[in-house]
Amino acid sequence: MNTSITERKRTSLTEFAAERLIKASGAVAIIFVFLIFAFLLREGLPAFTEVPLDNLFSTRWYPIEGLYGMLPLLFGSLVVTIGAALIAMPIGLLTAIFIAEIAPRWLREILKPMIEIVAGIPSVVLGFFGVAVLSSVVRQTLNLPTGLTAFTGALILAYMALPTIVSVAEDALDAVPRSYRDAALALGATKWQTIWMVTVKAGKSGILTAMMLGVGRAIGETMAVLMVTGNAARIALDPGALFNPVRTMTATIAAEMGEVAQGSTHFHVLFAIGIVLFVITFLVNLIASFAIFRQSKRSARLLS
Amino acid sequence: MRNLGLFLLLSVWVLAACGSPASAQSSSSGSQHTIEDVGSDTIVNLALAWAEAYQKTNPAVSISVSGGGSGTGLAALINGTTYIANASRKIKPEEMADAQQNGIEPYEIEIARDAIGVIVHPENPVQQLTLQQVSDIYSGKITNWKEIGGEDRPIVLLSRESNSGTHVYFLEEVVRQGRKGDKTLFSQDTLLLPSSEGIIAEVRQNPNAIGYDGLGYITADVKTLAIAPQVDGEYVKPSVETVNNGKYPIARPLFMYTPGEPQGDVKTYLDWILGPDGQQIVGELGFVPLQ
Repeated sequence: MNTSITERKRTSLTEFAAERLIKASGAVAIIFVFLIFAFLLREGLPAFTEVPLDNLFSTRWYPIEGLYGMLPLLFGSLVVTIGAALIAMPIGLLTAIFIAEIAPRWLREILKPMIEIVAGIPSVVLGFFGVAVLSSVVRQTLNLPTGLTAFTGALILAYMALPTIVSVAEDALDAVPRSYRDAALALGATKWQTIWMVTVKAGKSGILTAMMLGVGRAIGETMAVLMVTGNAARIALDPGALFNPVRTMTATIAAEMGEVAQGSTHFHVLFAIGIVLFVITFLVNLIASFAIFRQSKRSARLLS
Repeated sequence: MRNLGLFLLLSVWVLAACGSPASAQSSSSGSQHTIEDVGSDTIVNLALAWAEAYQKTNPAVSISVSGGGSGTGLAALINGTTYIANASRKIKPEEMADAQQNGIEPYEIEIARDAIGVIVHPENPVQQLTLQQVSDIYSGKITNWKEIGGEDRPIVLLSRESNSGTHVYFLEEVVRQGRKGDKTLFSQDTLLLPSSEGIIAEVRQNPNAIGYDGLGYITADVKTLAIAPQVDGEYVKPSVETVNNGKYPIARPLFMYTPGEPQGDVKTYLDWILGPDGQQIVGELGFVPLQ
């Protein structure tokens, strides 16, 4: 009798401790996000009062002469990210379809871990590969003045985004019930029709998540981009923009933060770029989760 | 790339500090003294070579060297976190004022000289340029090699990042040719590369490229151009001789700054650097020793 009471007490004590610990860890993660955002705002907002807006939104970035035009950096990040998305999305989706639907079991067992190994390659290594090999291949095959271009960066970013896209999309396709495929095939659909019109459609929300996670990795990537995109802060509004050197927001922060005097205008402007980057990634995530939410509601309705 | 280098340097230093029995002695015994030496990426290899050689003969002193750029070194000096700041440019008046506000009086010592070579791909037929032509190329007025006697190719401009001392020196003394109040800027098409090695790598493989770099970084597989100060002037290639006799026009002094006049271990170290042993290392690394 007596022992069982102490035992129960002990269980409730561990229960209590475990619950508090989990709660605290959850809270800490959220608090850190808010603290980081508060820090960004504190260091970045002064830029908007210290630098006139027409300077901040001009097209010339040359901080040592007080020229803080952010537009070329925004342009550079967009070009590289869109380029990477255009390359990685179709290849990623097709690879996922191959692994999930077409490849025989033994090949699948080899391909899946190999793709996950790609995710483990450090970005500096890819950047070094980009400088040493890829840039001269790009320059010679496309006959460009220089191989250090947005396109080279996009290629490397696409390669970095691929493992995320492939493994998440493959999981999504894998989760589609067997019965859907059987039903489609029973109705006389070909294998390709089944894949494209049934399996991929049913796994749409998971595939969309895969794309967004992949693009998210591309926007925030710094090291490889800093090494291969040439870092010329210039807006080229022509169809060949992808094949010119660009300077991205992340590369600018990485290259300049280390040598800037703390508390100076330049320092604040770099944090302001961080705010812009934060807002963009936040919007991308918001749109993605909104789309997925709508999607899942619709498919839930259709399939119930 | 540079951050990686910095990280490697720091980790090498930390490992060395952990491993060496000398540093295991407590600093309170007074026998062990660490001298921090931070700053210019141009000087960092030289500073490391000095520190290594000096510590061999003076095991009681440990010198920790790291790079980051002239601005980083001077910022550390202003904040009072380093004994020596390496700089490939003179301290700016703003930095001087900031230091004085913190009660620090920066003391300047010229430690070596450096020439900046203008480099192109080895197969580029152009051999020589005037200072004015280099300025026009980098400000975007000349955009094709055929305008200066080369092949019909676009010129790809390469530079270090805008906060490196080398970039600032090149802007003031080459692009603006030392004219005060001149607001000429680098062309917007200039590629800003994060490291000296990046510039050499691109020049080595791209026949359209032109770059500039400290003499100590230029390798044999790129071509260094001869430069003339004026149109009718003599075209000169950078070397120890042409820098010391003042014929090569793009040369600059390298500095170390200390908080106040150096004393104790720091003074002995700086005296050694300026002496024959220290200056011999300057020559070995491709910089120009003080006479």
